[in-house]
Amino acid sequence: MLFSGFLMRRWVRLAILLRLHVLAIAGAALLPFAVWAQGSVQIVPQLTGHVIDNTATLNDAQRQALEAKLTAFEQAKGAQIVVLMVPNTAPEDIAAYAQRVGDSWKIGRQNIGDGLLLVVAKNDRKVRIETTKALEGAIPDLAARQIIDSAITPRFKLGDFAGGLEAAADQIMARISGENLPVPERSTSKRSNKSPGFDWTQMAVFLFFAVPIGARLLSGVLGRKLGALVTGGVVGGLAWLFTSSVLIGIIALVAGLVFALFASLGSLGRRGGTSVLRAGGLGGLGSLGGWSGGRGGGSGGGFSSGGGGNFGGGGASGDW
Amino acid sequence: MKLRLSGLLNLTVAAVLAVLLTGCGYNDFQRLDEQTKSAWSEVLNQYQRRADLVPNIVATVKGEAAFEQDTLTKVIEARAKATSIQVTPETLNNPEAFSKFQAAQSQLGSALSRLMVVSERYPDLKANQGFRDLRVQLEGTENRITVARNRYIQTVQEYNVLTRSFPNNLTAMMFSYNVKPNFSVQNEAQISAPPVVDFNKK
Repeated sequence: MLFSGFLMRRWVRLAILLRLHVLAIAGAALLPFAVWAQGSVQIVPQLTGHVIDNTATLNDAQRQALEAKLTAFEQAKGAQIVVLMVPNTAPEDIAAYAQRVGDSWKIGRQNIGDGLLLVVAKNDRKVRIETTKALEGAIPDLAARQIIDSAITPRFKLGDFAGGLEAAADQIMARISGENLPVPERSTSKRSNKSPGFDWTQMAVFLFFAVPIGARLLSGVLGRKLGALVTGGVVGGLAWLFTSSVLIGIIALVAGLVFALFASLGSLGRRGGTSVLRAGGLGGLGSLGGWSGGRGGGSGGGFSSGGGGNFGGGGASGDW
Repeated sequence: MKLRLSGLLNLTVAAVLAVLLTGCGYNDFQRLDEQTKSAWSEVLNQYQRRADLVPNIVATVKGEAAFEQDTLTKVIEARAKATSIQVTPETLNNPEAFSKFQAAQSQLGSALSRLMVVSERYPDLKANQGFRDLRVQLEGTENRITVARNRYIQTVQEYNVLTRSFPNNLTAMMFSYNVKPNFSVQNEAQISAPPVVDFNKK
């Protein structure tokens, strides 16, 4: 009762405070929706490759040459550079549009975030280089502006779009190469979806927590020796399944067997709280499922965003 | 046996409490509170970047012989005012200090944009490479401020929705978590009025 009285007092004070805020907050919260409600901002295009030309400016050979160049660069250095050509960016200006595209694509490697977006709004005659935070050091705003002024603007003025983009890509790549970014893992460029790296610590955690619980349950049902054997088999099988390595599977089988034997030896009064134990065992299995769910990462051949790029508004705009 | 049962009971009570506490959003409050703080720090960071840029711009513009003194003085004054306001993460929980800070920053922003507009009238200044570089940097900084403010707005929105929705509002009341202030447009009427374009005036 005392507590509820306290709550009531709080509530009155808060209600007054809240009422003061409601108007301001509601207005502020509605602001982005108001922009959306107009329904006029352009939809972010699908990220289909390093070069996306929605203006049909580049011919196939030019597009493929640029695509090949940027793909080779990504394989060598890891940084993702995407060129996007659109007719216009209305109603937003090019900076806001590029920011929105960058936010939705998140190009750049997962934990490094090295992405760069080059947007050309052809009919607006505007161009923008948008850098992720990771590349703001390699390409500060001034450098981005210089690239636009020296590589893009003169060629675009002559109508040489492919040449301008190639030259800009060269300068951008030269600048990123000078930055000390981690190199991509060459040997695992064709990563399979399974075993993105076997995590020994998680294996150990699994053994220490899930196995004793599971072993108690199984030995309670099947008897000590058979239970231990089944536990070992299950552990080995799971390890084999998740690491796709027979050797690790066998090691896990033996380890599981030994663990299960010890666990069931130490299990006095195992009838204590079976439901709690069962829940624990299931939890262990659940965590095991999470462990196999590592990132798919690089898909074979096709281009996809690394998903790590964080665009903070860096870069520069220019026109021609 | 009795001992073990009471132990089990304790365990259950603890587990239930833990579930209740997470269920009522306590942890979400902590997470979002930290998120708004860090988003706010990023806003401050970018404002600082702009304030650091102003002396360079002023120095470059001063070199221009007959530059409008009034515009320049306004920028210097606005910067002095904006940097004199002490901001801490606690500013977030104080709507009054927050709006004061925001007013000072928007004053600096408009003084700077006025300076940039006026500078168009001085061909020498426009041709000056140093000034052009500063312009690019200022533009980049303004973009960063926009992005940082945008992210802050989104985080605060998330926090405020959590604070005001049931049953989390009960938790918010118990621990007195208030809604956080958000950015607003100062001159809303001015912006929504269409600009007057007069071609006859020469």
